[in-house]
Amino acid sequence: MSVSPHITSPYGAHRTVGAVESYPRFLWRSLGVATDGNWLFYGWMTLLTAIALVGANAWAVQVRDGMIVTNMSDHVSWGLYIANFTFGVGLAAGGVMMVIPAYLYDDEEMHELVIIGEAVAVAAILMSTLSVVVDLGRPDRFWHLIPGIGKFNWPMSMLTWDILVLNGYLAINLHIVGYLLYMRYLGRKPNPRWYVPFVFLSIIWAISIHTVTAFLYCGLGGRPFWNTALLAPRFLASAFVSGPAFILLVLRALRSTTNWEWSPRPAQTLIQIIRVAMAANLLMLFSELFTLFYTGSGHAAAARYLFFGSHGATGLVPWIWTAVTLNLVGTALFCMPHALERGSVRIAACIMCIIGIWIEKGMGLVVPGFIPSTLHEIVEYSPSPTEWKVTAGIWAFSMLVLTVLIKLIAAVHSRRLHSTAPHLP
Amino acid sequence: MSSGQPLPSLPILDQEPTGRRGFLKACGATLGLAAWATALKPLTEWAQDVSVEEFLQKHYRELKPDEKQAVFRRLEADCKQDHGVDVTISDPQAIPGVQFAYALNLSICIGCRKCAEACHIENNHDRATNNSYIRVFEMVMGGIDFEKGDATYDHPVPQPGKFYMPVQCQQCENPPCVTACPIEATWQEKDGIVVVDYNWCIGCRYCEAACPYHARRFNWEAPQIPAEEINPDQGYLSNRIRPQGVMEKCTFCLHRTREGKMPACLEACPTGARVFGNILDPHSEIRWVVENKRTFVLKEELGTKPRFYYFFDE
Ligand code: SF4
Ligand code: SF4
Repeated sequence: MSVSPHITSPYGAHRTVGAVESYPRFLWRSLGVATDGNWLFYGWMTLLTAIALVGANAWAVQVRDGMIVTNMSDHVSWGLYIANFTFGVGLAAGGVMMVIPAYLYDDEEMHELVIIGEAVAVAAILMSTLSVVVDLGRPDRFWHLIPGIGKFNWPMSMLTWDILVLNGYLAINLHIVGYLLYMRYLGRKPNPRWYVPFVFLSIIWAISIHTVTAFLYCGLGGRPFWNTALLAPRFLASAFVSGPAFILLVLRALRSTTNWEWSPRPAQTLIQIIRVAMAANLLMLFSELFTLFYTGSGHAAAARYLFFGSHGATGLVPWIWTAVTLNLVGTALFCMPHALERGSVRIAACIMCIIGIWIEKGMGLVVPGFIPSTLHEIVEYSPSPTEWKVTAGIWAFSMLVLTVLIKLIAAVHSRRLHSTAPHLP
Repeated sequence: MSSGQPLPSLPILDQEPTGRRGFLKACGATLGLAAWATALKPLTEWAQDVSVEEFLQKHYRELKPDEKQAVFRRLEADCKQDHGVDVTISDPQAIPGVQFAYALNLSICIGCRKCAEACHIENNHDRATNNSYIRVFEMVMGGIDFEKGDATYDHPVPQPGKFYMPVQCQQCENPPCVTACPIEATWQEKDGIVVVDYNWCIGCRYCEAACPYHARRFNWEAPQIPAEEINPDQGYLSNRIRPQGVMEKCTFCLHRTREGKMPACLEACPTGARVFGNILDPHSEIRWVVENKRTFVLKEELGTKPRFYYFFDE
């Protein structure tokens, strides 16, 4: 990377010199780069767009016809959407896991890749926000949530806290990504004053978004399954797994689709994080289950339903055992350094942990909070086709955004997208 | 694609922008926009039902008296248009010095569900779902264990060895549902009744998750009621026909009780198991029950302080 402001890059020579180099122009040119690619790239983007369109249509029908098209009910009033929201917040928090070693321990190599973690965080926050929006019965009244114009029940409602921290987190990460990219684009060294404080802020903030999201649930005294002090630490531990696992996959994709080369060390650090976090997560899960089942109190009713079914209702049993199996096998793979050398094993381990946690933090956490109901009725829930379509659409749309972000990062990194103006000292 | 890089492995993500594809891109963008517009078309069909005034309506407690009147008249006109029925929307206010409370004598409740039925009719509930704010549980004698209870029984009552326990909104003095709501769409009135502004609620259902008594109901679709069955005496904060996608709950029939009448469920009860009134009035029956019977409230340990008491005869 160039330090002198006058020399841009060796690849800069064949570009024509532009006159005005401003941030808007940077964004405009980014748009050009982001939409340029070969047929494989277009195929991928078209596929994602198609899925997003199906989801958008399903959501529009849901708004028109009412949420009756979902399988939620007054007994199980949150389902797949809020499950996906919870997972998304974890992914966003996990996105900054790369940041911690990079800045707290001054791991130089990690610095290069930090921006990827931030991009994952941005896409994940987008996913969470969309998951909440589609869960609203009246999205047209969204403006009631805007502080100042609407009526913001702050600080009482945990949901308002969640809205604040999520938006704050999005803003911080957008700033860091945008600033780092722009500086590289200009061929300048980023000024630490403009981003290092924000990076530290984002680390603290990452913890806060997942803690506050846990408080959404554990603050409800009437729902014993959620009403446990362990919820927030468990959320964090699992975020430290899903986030790095997801980033490992992104790095993998980057490697096979770009010329970007880096040493295996950052990936090793991420794998270390996953090992420790997964062990902590499973330990806490075990201790929670022990407390519930050994004392056999009434509080165990939801856990009993989740793991073994109750009164003949077994809707969540396959879900949770799938999650347990995937988490255990995934963790085992992560603990086998030799096997992990193989790309396919590493990918499989990441995918297993991601799906395992998606179920554990989603269907395995949100839904049993409602079964049995507060008056001990057992009404089951499984997502309707509409809910699946909308959720798939949200994933596709977020992956679309992530692809564009990563493409920009790669383009700036390889100096294909860079400022062409001579710099003034 | 020829960027002159060594190692051109599979440059998908860091490809050289060519600039030659401008035309194709423009076509793609146009097609894409058209596809999005088509996918989201149901939204425009739905938006026709939401008027600008409705969209911009302020929170109930911020409406000035004349604005309130305009809202009520608009809702009446909407009802006429949608259902062909003339209704009046009233807005009785909490009476100073009144705190409502309810008590239910479990020794004489026979589980006939007349109260639930009366609620269904009084409050303009959706007919197809047979919705009601009251759920009656058939409980096993010997304890108060909801795990052994059953709210979906379908046989003659009362059954031997069973007793019956109707549950509705407990109008908690410390209501977790109100704390939960992110936009103050639900709140506690001066007389203790917890209400919802159906025109302000965004339908996030956080309050439904927060309520420990399964008291809240969501409008998963617009309620359907035959015109001749619509109760035309409607309160803005209580039994008016709810829009799709918002939360609702028992309001102790405030459009009746603030006018000096009894709640519909109490009037319907054939055994006289229900006692309702102003707990601040030392001569009221409810006060006598709370002072002289061994009453209890549901889930006392949660600290919600229900205003709904249960008791048995000695
Ligand atoms: S019973 Fe439920 S809905 Fe009624 S006031 Fe208490 S928490 Fe709110
Ligand atoms: S559903 Fe409505 S009343 Fe309930 S918390 Fe959400 S906005 Fe408030």
